Formats: sequence, C-alpha cells, structure tokens
Amino acid sequence: MNIHTNRRAFLSGLIVAVALPGLARAQQKSGAAAFFNELPEGSGELSANAFIRIAPDNTVTVLIKHIEFGQGPYTGLTTLVAEEMDADWSQMRAAAAPADVEKYANLAFGMQGTGGSTAMANSFMQMRKAGAGARAMLIAAAAERFGVPADQITIDKGIVSAGGQSATFGELAEAAAQQTAPEDPPVKDPAQFRLIGTDLPKVDSSAKTDGSAQFTLDVYRDGMLTAVVAHPPKFGAKAASFDDSAALQVAGVQKVAQVPTGVAVYADNTYAALKGRDALEIEWDEAEAETRSSDAMIEEWTAAAKAGGKWEITKSGDVEAALEGAEVVEATYVFPYLAHTPMEPLDAVVELRDGEAEVWMGSQMQTGDQGTIAKILGVENVRLHTMLAGGSFGRRATPDSHFAAEAAEVAKANGKGAVKLMWTREDDVQGGYYRPLTVHHMRAALDDQGGIKAWDHGIATQSVIMGTPFEAMLQGGPDSTAFEGANELHYAMANHRLRWAQMESPVPTLWWRSVGHTHTGFAVECFIDELLEKAGKDPIEGRLALMGEDHPRERAVLQRVAEMADQSGDYGYGVAVVKSFGSYVAQIAEIEDRGGIPHVRRVWCAVDCGLAVNPNVVRAQMEGGIGYGLSAALYSEVTLDEGGLIRQRNWDSYRILRLPEMPAIEVAIIASAEAPTGVGEPGTPPIAPAIANAWRRMTGNAYRRLPIIPVA
Amino acid sequence: MTISFTVNGEERSVDVDPDTPLLWVLRDELRLTGTKFGCGIAQCGACTVHLDGSPRRSCVTPVSMVEGSDITTIEGLSGPEAEAVQAAWRAIDVPQCGYCQSGQVMSATALLQQVSSPSDEDIDNAMAGNICRCATYVRIRQAIHDAARTLEG
Repeated sequence: MNIHTNRRAFLSGLIVAVALPGLARAQQKSGAAAFFNELPEGSGELSANAFIRIAPDNTVTVLIKHIEFGQGPYTGLTTLVAEEMDADWSQMRAAAAPADVEKYANLAFGMQGTGGSTAMANSFMQMRKAGAGARAMLIAAAAERFGVPADQITIDKGIVSAGGQSATFGELAEAAAQQTAPEDPPVKDPAQFRLIGTDLPKVDSSAKTDGSAQFTLDVYRDGMLTAVVAHPPKFGAKAASFDDSAALQVAGVQKVAQVPTGVAVYADNTYAALKGRDALEIEWDEAEAETRSSDAMIEEWTAAAKAGGKWEITKSGDVEAALEGAEVVEATYVFPYLAHTPMEPLDAVVELRDGEAEVWMGSQMQTGDQGTIAKILGVENVRLHTMLAGGSFGRRATPDSHFAAEAAEVAKANGKGAVKLMWTREDDVQGGYYRPLTVHHMRAALDDQGGIKAWDHGIATQSVIMGTPFEAMLQGGPDSTAFEGANELHYAMANHRLRWAQMESPVPTLWWRSVGHTHTGFAVECFIDELLEKAGKDPIEGRLALMGEDHPRERAVLQRVAEMADQSGDYGYGVAVVKSFGSYVAQIAEIEDRGGIPHVRRVWCAVDCGLAVNPNVVRAQMEGGIGYGLSAALYSEVTLDEGGLIRQRNWDSYRILRLPEMPAIEVAIIASAEAPTGVGEPGTPPIAPAIANAWRRMTGNAYRRLPIIPVA
Repeated sequence: MTISFTVNGEERSVDVDPDTPLLWVLRDELRLTGTKFGCGIAQCGACTVHLDGSPRRSCVTPVSMVEGSDITTIEGLSGPEAEAVQAAWRAIDVPQCGYCQSGQVMSATALLQQVSSPSDEDIDNAMAGNICRCATYVRIRQAIHDAARTLEG
C-alpha cells in the first residue's frame, strides 16, 4: 500500500505548521501497541503535524483529523487549540484534515480513523501541544515586531500585546510562519483553562441549521454520473447473470456493469439510476448464501452459549464446583442483528483521472479506505476528502473498507470521470454489517449473605474483526469486541467464568454504537438486578455493596444518579451502570405501562468521562446515546426469514425512535481532573437494561429478548 | 416533459421524467442540496419542503404534481417563524450530525406558522414524521418552545 496525498493543496495559503515529532512518535508508538499494532505505521519520516492555519483575516482554522458526524470533534478539538492559543472563540473555525496517516493518525490506532470513542482522548495532548506551539510562534513573531522580550508578551482573546503595542493573530501570521516551531511547547495548567470546561457554542450548528453544511451526497462534479448497485437478496449470494436490456431503455441510464458486489447502474441522475436498477433482471447464485432464519440461528446460538464455546475468557475460582448443588438462577438473553441506519445512507464520489483519484466520502477509517481505493484503481495518488457524515454509529468504520471498495470498483468499471455511488435506505437496512445477533446464557448462585457465589456466563456471537484486515491485531487471541463488558465486572463474585462461542455466518457484522457493550451491558445489568431482587436487596445499595471500594468511579455515577432521580411517582423505576470506552455511565429510567408496553417517561443520567471539554456536547451525547439505545431496546431488529431473505426494508419495518417517544432526560457530569475519555458511545448501553429492570420490578416480567416490541 | 414551478421565489422549468420525485429535481437539477434524501418513502422527513405553504415530503411527490406550485426549500426559508426557529436551533446547539435538520427546521417552521404557541402534543403531532437518528428530539422540542416564546415577544 503506497499512499501519497497531494500535500501542496494543503500547504497553499498561510499555514503555521506546528512540528511535534517527538511527541507524535512517542504517542504513536505506545498507542499503536495498545490497539492496531500489526497495521503498517507511517513512513517513519519525521513529518510536521499541521493542524492550525491562521489566515490574514484573523480566522484560525483547526484541521480535524477525526470525522465529524455529530459526536463533536470539530468543536472539541478546536476548543483545545483555542485554549492553548488564548484565541477568541469567534475567530475559530474547523475543517476536515486530509487523509494522511503520517500527520493525522489516531494516536490510539496508529492509523487515521475514528472509533471506540477515542477522538478526544487521543487528541487531547496532541491538539493542546499544537495550539501551544502556534502560540509560541505568534509570541516570537510579536517579540520581533514589538522589539520586546517574549516573556513580556501576553495574549488575551486573540489579541497579542505588550506595553502599548498589540496585534491580532492574522496580522502576525506571516511572520509567525517564519519562526521555528518549538519541539515540546509547554501547555497550560488546567487551573488556567478558560475555554475548556465551558459550554462553547458548537462550530457547526449554524451550517447544520440553514442547509449549507456539505455532506457527501451534496457533492456534484462536472459530468458526474450517479450509480446504484443491485445487491444480492441473500447474504453470500452473487450475481450469476443479468439482463440489462430494459434498464438501458430507461431515459438517462448510461451504463450497466457487473461489479464484485452486484450489478451497477450508471445514470445522469439519481432517479434514472434507481429506475434502471428496478428494471434489471438478475439471476443470483445462492450456493454460498446464508439460508438459515434468525429463529434457527437463535436456536443454534443458544445451544452454543449454553455449551460455552472454545474461548475461555475469564476464569476465577471453580464455577462448576460452586454451582454444584446450589440453587441456580438461569437466564438466556437474545439480541437481534441491528442495522445502524445513519440518516445519510452510505455514499461516495470518486473522480478518476490519469494516475490519480479524488474521493469525497464520510470515511471513518481514512487510511484503510484510501489504501483500498488506491489498490483497486491502480493509482498511487488518492486524495480523500473526509466529508461531514449524516451519522454513522460505527457504520462507516469498516475494517474491510467494503464501501470504499465498492465505490472504487464502480468507478473503475466506468473509467475516467466522476461517479457518485449512493446506497438507498433499502440497501442500508438489507446491506449487512450489522451488530451481531447474539445470545447470552447465564447461570448464577447466591451465597448466604446474598453475595454472588458463582457467575457462569456464555456468549455466542460472530466476531466483527476475525476474517478482516484487522485480525492481525488480535495476535491469535479472541476478539474482545464480542464480550467486552462481560469479562471484567465491577461486582464482586467468588467464582466467575466467561466463555465465548464464536459463531459463523455469511452475514457481515460490524461494531454498532458501543459495540459489545450493547449486549453485555444488558445481560450483566439485567441479570445482576434479578439476583439482587432475589436476594431481597435494593438495586442501588445492592450494587454498591457488590462494587465494594474497588470501583470508585462506578460508585460515584451510581450514587449521583440515585440522588438525581425522583422515584416517587406511581411508575416503574430501573437502574443500570455500565463502564465503556473509559467512561462511566449510570442511568435510571422511569417507565409507564401503556397497554402492556413500556413507555419511557424520564431518564436520569450521570456520566464520568474525565474532564468534560464541552459539557454541553457531553450532555448532547448522553441524550443521543439514550435515544439510540431506546430504538434498539424497544423496536429495532433485522430478521432473516426461512431461506435467508431479510424481512425489513426501510424505516417502516426497521422502526426507530421518534420524537413523541423520547423521554425527558437530565444529565449530570461528574467533576473530574482525569484526562478526557469518550462520550460518543457510553451513553447507549445502560438505557435498555434500565428499562427492562424497571419493567420487571413493576410487572414481574423480565424482558430477555430484544426488541421489546417487535415490529415486522 | 417540461414542468414549471416557483422555487424560493424564482420561476424554474425543468425537462425531466414527470415521475421524478421533486427531491431529485431539487437536488440533481437545481442543486438545492439542503433538502436531503433519507428513505424515499416518506418515513423520515429529511426531504421536507413547503409546497404552497404546507410541509410536504418531496421524496414521494412526483414533479409532475407541482406544476405551477410555489415551493420553499431550506435555502429559501424566511419570515419571522423561520428566523425564530433557526435562532433557537443555534442557541441550544440542536444539531448533531445535522443531516436531518433541514427537514426538522422545515417542519418546525410550518408548525409555528400554523400554531403560534404549540403544546407538547402539538409538537408530537407535527414532528413525529421527522426522524433524527442522533435523537436530538429533546432539544428539538425545547427549541420549538423557545422559538414560540421569541415570537410572542
């Protein structure tokens, strides 16, 4: 894989390049070891990290290496730079950094990409150092201009001054660019923060309110064709033959071509492409297709979860001996395949020219997508523009870069020129890359004091990572995304066993907002709640007792949410606490029985995500995470019928939460001096178990299969 | 077939397949990209425009039906209700990914044009057809109430 991006385009204009070779190398090395350690690192050259551009008009543009799809990196990372520069917030702008692994790697991954709620965590020091470096260069330039020593210069809200002299960043930018970038500029003591920790207005709200924000779907190139691909109706099937005569009769259809994932229809406009696709006659080869129904898979998965599977993940004590002769509590939890259904379906524009390509795409894994496109097109130079994306929730972070590959194949089959590939909602709902169908089987026994004597947990699910280019990072070990959240519990138990049965299916699976925690959080928090009830313990006090003193941050969010929640109504109340991606979240749900169906009235949420860089964004992510989790808890599932056909097609049958169903939400953020962790995902896991626990305590009936209200 | 209508106060004529949904005419032909595609079957409201003053899902509206009509898209939205809605949206940072928000703003503006001081139930009824996958619903509701208060002065 050989990636060269066109650097010149990004060096045009006035750039204050901040060189942080020592920092970047050190962090990249340690970060890479923690995660994608087997993936190729950068070229090894000590390149400058260019994150900050100061224009003569006095705007400061921060190049954001992470994709923005609502989780807030444009605002959060810009805040870090503004803080260290002592800029005025009104002069700050954010723009997508180019795809360039040498400069813009996620320091937790060793490649450019966004996921695991790492954007803030991995950028926190890097962006502050970038800002501090720019500040030092501005001060050096001001010292020359003012003729005073650097230590007499101060910066306040973007004004650089000493004695009676002052200048704006814009006025100093050109001279600052001539200064040597400091190796390791000092950053502020957190006590001096003026912007970090405040509710600064988001940098992208305005353009997202007046329709001017540009998403991939909004890219139109001269002479561009729009393409849609007819995909097989079953997972693992392939196009055997096709008849495109009717499709080619559709006015505006220019071309039909077979690509590895199906049959592509190219047209002058979107409607013609869709009409052309409808007119295709395709024979599918279903020899390798998944033909099992979801029900059959659930049966098989359940047996596997009970048997335990080959991976013994956690083993402390002797579970079998402890359960022998004890009164055993058992529960089986069933989770369906889930589509992410971001508002903007998958799309990309690829413009193929002589020896190079330019791509516009909401890429969440730029390095992999860029390399995949370069390889398929056989060009060295792929300029990838990371566009604003209309949501993702994991959908755009594909280890196999399947969508980038399809876009490249579609472009390649067309030849030179620009092609926009668009998936429809049906392509999206039926297109796989689902949160895996998962079954948990749990057995436990209590001791005389109501403590947990034994906890035996089996999980049957597919691996998201095995069989993809990311598999190397597992180094032969199990895929922890299958069971994360179930292996290390914040509850004391004398004997604990966790086993994972790796299931196989042609249905492609993917991480879905909070990944393994979406199901482990439910199984663990529902089962513990049942055990506490059986032991006659209060759900809050019982949890605190099991946590002991070893889990102060879990305790703190649980205690805080208990203080916040008004549980005095004539309703059901349920609690759950889940740590994921380094953040701790506890939620209490208030539910009402509306004709045998839970209606969620209010939710209280306490979160500890370390230092909250922008508390308003943290609250928004908790609200959104709760809403996202509610959709899945109540309504959403993708099911395969007998024979393997997918039952759901669009949001009429793949139902998600709507405004009238959204509860009132109150969020409290635990004050913390710890380094910031993520907030994009951790708001999601606790809500489903909180609802189920509330319902069980109110009605006596436990929901053990999601969704609670199947639609189709 | 040539079809003529008014978009954001301008007379426009397009020569397209008359079955073409208005959404794709706005986007592909007129390059008014603020109106979004989300589902194609009037389930999500991302494509909401005002057709002769009422909210309409442009993804299921054949362009042949809008001959002679007056269409407003997010790009041409104006007036006191629209300004109040957009100001309220910005003030509490409603958008997350932002993709659905054109449609949300169009529906919310139409609501306030009809009902100056909507109740929660009015908001439920008017906004249930607009999906936000980021679930910014709490803030959408609040922003509509805020905008109504602004309009009351």
